[in-house]
Amino acid sequence: MSKHEITVTVNGERKTRSVESRLLLVHFIREDLSLTGTHIGCDTTSCGACTVSLDGEPVKSCTVFAVQADGATVDTIEGMAVGGKLHPLQEGFWEKHGLQCGFCTPGMLISARALLAKNPSPSEDEIRHGISGNLCRCTGYNKIVEAIQYAADKLRGDAKGA
Amino acid sequence: MIPAPFDYHAPTTLDEALALLGKLGDTAKILAGGQSLIPAMRFRLAAPEALIDLGRIPELAHLEERGDDLVIGALAREHALEISPLVAKSYPMLLDAAKVIADPLVRNKATVGGNLAHADPANDHPAVMLAYGAKVVVRGPSGSRTIAIDDLFTGLFETSLAPGEILTEIRIPKPKPHSGGAYLKIERKVGDYAVAAVAVQLELAGETIAHVRIGLTNVSPIPARAKAAEAALTGQPASDAVLEAAGKAAANECNPSADLRGQVDYKRDLVRILVKRAVRVAITRAQGGRP
Amino acid sequence: MATTHLEDRKEHHSPKPAGSSATVETTHEPRITTPVKVCGMGHRMKRKEDPRFIQGGGKYVDDVKLPNMVYMDIVRSPYAHAKILKIDASEALAMPGVIAVITGEDLKKAGNLHWMPTLMSDTQMVLPIEKVAYYAQEVCVVVATERYIAADAIEKVQVDYEPLEAVVDPFKALEDKVIVRDDKEKKTNKIWHWEAGDKDATDAVFAAAATVVEEKIYIPRIHVASIETCGMVANYDKIRSHMQIYMTSQAPHAHRTVFALVSGLPEHMIQIISPDIGGGFGGKVPVYPGYVCCAVASLVLGRPVKWIEDRSENLQADSFARDYWIEAQLAADKDGKITGLRVKTLSDCGAADAAANPSKFPAGLYSICTGSYDMKAAHVTVDGVYTNKPPGGVAYRCSFRVTEAVHMIERMVDIMAHQLGEDPADFRLKNFIRPDQFPYKSPTGWDYDSGNYKAALDKAMMMIDYRALREEQREKRARGVLMGIGISSFTEVVGAGPSKDYDILGIKMFDSAEIRIHPTGKAMARFGTKSQGQGHETTYAQILAEELGLPAADIQVEEGDTDTAPYGLGTYASRSTPTAGAAAAMAARKIKAKAKKIAAYLLEVGEDDLEWNVDSFQVKGSPDKKKTIQELAFAAYTNHPQGMEAGLEATDYYDPPNLTFPFGSYICVVDLDTGTGEIKIRRFVAVDDCGHIINPMIVEGQIEGGLTMGLAPAMYEEIVYDENGQNLTGTFADYLLPTAVESPKWELGKTITPSPHHPLGAKGVGESPTVGAPPAIANAIVDALWHLGVRHLDIPITPQKVWRALRAAGVTE
Repeated sequence: MSKHEITVTVNGERKTRSVESRLLLVHFIREDLSLTGTHIGCDTTSCGACTVSLDGEPVKSCTVFAVQADGATVDTIEGMAVGGKLHPLQEGFWEKHGLQCGFCTPGMLISARALLAKNPSPSEDEIRHGISGNLCRCTGYNKIVEAIQYAADKLRGDAKGA
Repeated sequence: MIPAPFDYHAPTTLDEALALLGKLGDTAKILAGGQSLIPAMRFRLAAPEALIDLGRIPELAHLEERGDDLVIGALAREHALEISPLVAKSYPMLLDAAKVIADPLVRNKATVGGNLAHADPANDHPAVMLAYGAKVVVRGPSGSRTIAIDDLFTGLFETSLAPGEILTEIRIPKPKPHSGGAYLKIERKVGDYAVAAVAVQLELAGETIAHVRIGLTNVSPIPARAKAAEAALTGQPASDAVLEAAGKAAANECNPSADLRGQVDYKRDLVRILVKRAVRVAITRAQGGRP
Repeated sequence: MATTHLEDRKEHHSPKPAGSSATVETTHEPRITTPVKVCGMGHRMKRKEDPRFIQGGGKYVDDVKLPNMVYMDIVRSPYAHAKILKIDASEALAMPGVIAVITGEDLKKAGNLHWMPTLMSDTQMVLPIEKVAYYAQEVCVVVATERYIAADAIEKVQVDYEPLEAVVDPFKALEDKVIVRDDKEKKTNKIWHWEAGDKDATDAVFAAAATVVEEKIYIPRIHVASIETCGMVANYDKIRSHMQIYMTSQAPHAHRTVFALVSGLPEHMIQIISPDIGGGFGGKVPVYPGYVCCAVASLVLGRPVKWIEDRSENLQADSFARDYWIEAQLAADKDGKITGLRVKTLSDCGAADAAANPSKFPAGLYSICTGSYDMKAAHVTVDGVYTNKPPGGVAYRCSFRVTEAVHMIERMVDIMAHQLGEDPADFRLKNFIRPDQFPYKSPTGWDYDSGNYKAALDKAMMMIDYRALREEQREKRARGVLMGIGISSFTEVVGAGPSKDYDILGIKMFDSAEIRIHPTGKAMARFGTKSQGQGHETTYAQILAEELGLPAADIQVEEGDTDTAPYGLGTYASRSTPTAGAAAAMAARKIKAKAKKIAAYLLEVGEDDLEWNVDSFQVKGSPDKKKTIQELAFAAYTNHPQGMEAGLEATDYYDPPNLTFPFGSYICVVDLDTGTGEIKIRRFVAVDDCGHIINPMIVEGQIEGGLTMGLAPAMYEEIVYDENGQNLTGTFADYLLPTAVESPKWELGKTITPSPHHPLGAKGVGESPTVGAPPAIANAIVDALWHLGVRHLDIPITPQKVWRALRAAGVTE
């Protein structure tokens, strides 16, 4: 069984730790770094509660080994609000009641941010497919879709104004 | 939920990877996207002593046309296929498949090479590559060789790769003019494996189907072509009667198992229907339409 | 143990519940009486709890990290029924980092802790000694310094089993050939028999009926699968003799009392903290063996022990819901007026009767099954039986079996309508209980508080343009294109419940609110319920804002810590608004009564000279002479009348006089693919009536979420066992939860028919959609196929089931 020293830039900060090869990235984030906003909801890569941004792409961190992230950047929900200012998606989820128990929410937000970065004007169908890797049991998804549409409008409006 | 311990290796060149594989033999598994392997390891269905991660080898992730082929590096992610204008324009069947593999998050890590090398008849790329008549390039201790897709899948989760060989590239021949293809998949929900799926790539000569290859997903233990269906279509116009005969032939020649996704008769009938529908879409595309 | 519901209800029912009136008016828009800055009822207030959730600051049980904490994992049975010959944990114990292994023998020695009582007064194994009785049952537990080591260690525990024949089919279980519970004196799998209604009157009605339809309906076992699984951190401090427990609990006080009774630890030295919970839906009400083992491990080791179940464990071993085999008959007269209902049901309870029902109701509130329809007589019988499967029965947003009851009656009504050639909407309108019949005494003894079923169905029909859809269906049918329209007009029953009838293990089902207003006019309110996403931090604040005029933003709501919250029975079965919401109003009114005295004193008038206006007491006729609630709060500490106690606080324990009866009408339109059998939900309109609305946005969220949780069992979810009792759907790979793609764009409407007995006129809503949606969807699919000879399809209705029905009718592509 081997141990490796890895350095991962997490929410902009470099973190160096010694980890077992088999340590899942989600456990590295939650336990080694005490960033508990990323959650675990299943064991078959099905639910997406563990979604984080790895080198800019949203991935299910339960299906990546921490050693694979050596040298990479990882962005979690804790880094989404910048300087105390909520991201338009976080605003949107709050405005539109896009969450209830909150357990799937960090993963949804990370997925949605990547979706809007690639597709700033998604159709409703594109939004639903875009978040199809994230399961929610509370909301029935309608208000999550509305929250993402709110954020898309805001981001496009801000971009125009800039 | 927690994998068994293993040694982790992250070579930065293909030669390094091959050397490691040669040394470690069957105690090691190749880690590509990990989206099939890691779940299996979490349930300890797979417990390799070592993993050789190909993810740091830069020359394995290309996606471009070279000569007569679309060349896809083994580590090209499914997502790359989804966003490629080239794939959308000239290889729509490949895009059809990319869009229905697992879910968008898994597609950011899952690789084309891994999808084929795993040789799971439930995976989507095997049928698509069979329909394209693709080739794979593998590299071993004694150099590179090419394997025709028809010779790649030899058993359940088994390929014709020799010990010590790594699949490095997939080559899809550029479709000829008046060609079209389609991949239609029935799934219980987004993210699931196929109840049944059909890949059809054909070439028209006027009103008749000059050439056709059909791949089937998850209706046999080994990814397979529907050769009797192909024969029923070749040289024929795409009339309702011809399509029905092809569909029936495919339904009869496949070998589905009963499971939670469906009973055998249901899966066979899906194959019959999907063959007909996929042929129709392929023809529309061959005639320049965008269905 | 036989229970006759009929006798209980005869004894306890008064003819008219307190506070009821002959007619209650139906309105269509939420009532708002406070300005935005106060944000009382009816306002779409943004949730106060959201800031922490949207920034990753929620604190769930697995986020709890205590110094010196260790981890527990569980060895589980690979057999549904097997003798345990030997447990050899020596190899596991020898592993570095493994601290302890606890077996059934260890629990027995520790004071007969190897068995525990269930909420239905049955018993359930915590850890087995002689045998296991279901697949994935807990066999023994391992405690290690790290989670990963615990996971390795459970693989090293050797258990020798002698497999026994398993009984999986509940009808076979009735034959008593394979006995599940040989720990019991009577060697039988039959648990209880329960009846409601009047058999003789029902038999008479059926004998005289012009039409009788009958159908067998199976509602399969499903699992609630909240995204957060169950777990606990138990922290026993040996020096203080104090047990602190973080637990995924929907009912922390009840759990504390149960722990005290089972463990012998004094209740005042147990603290249960239910922090943020990632979804409950009933799955976090039962006491699971894992919890008990975790607490015992901490007790023995004197350090914090964490146990978080994997998803597979959650799906395979935790409490399920449904699993009802129903035979129903519906009778009507020559005019198509329903006259009677007869239902016989077999309840597959698994290896213990551990459903979280109120104790006198082994079949929950199932006898609500005459639904929204006026009829002369009904007779309902249910038999509970043991099988080699996990115990449980009501853990999935079901209002204690109302999902089963409504599915049955809505399917039967639809079958009857179709059989008679009547339009299903018109048939329902003809048979609805009329508004002037409320409060309505049902043939099984329920006192419905208020309802206006016609208004809800009319509205749903208008929203979906129902008549045009029927026209479209006629035209399409002629061309062989299949579409279906399904209706579900449900009556729900929630808010358990009045102390005369309702208790859980003897504890009455009141609920509580404790309010303290501080000198500077801000407030703290604590409740005996426990939100798992329902938004209580916002809705309770809005109720108090409504009553007291204090801005909701100035009211801090807390739940879940048994050391500080008043005793309550928790949140499930849509009971919070009916019970604790009422307690909030009643406690607020006590505060207002005291504030009025202070106002009279300060303004130097009599109390009768004062009137309340949003947030102040003002002198009648001189509105500028007033005192705001904030001024009165300050005065309560600085300038109250002599002889009056200082402070401005109150507690209320509310014993509801009746349950409440939310209702609604849902209409679903489906299009079928005649080739593949695939079902596309084209539209789904849901009109709900939950009485007066606290926060319309939160109500919408509850409904939309519940609709998706109704869609799921209608078309996707089912727990499947093979003939040996092995769970075949034990992960999310095969237990199928809908994604945003499968879940349609729900369209919502509302009517508002207040509850006459609830202090706020509110009824509760969380489960209405899971109750109403599955039959609407099932009815739509069968409606599409009726002309082909299809009478009924059991849920989940999959494309394969549709395909089979089509091919049997000679329809193909």
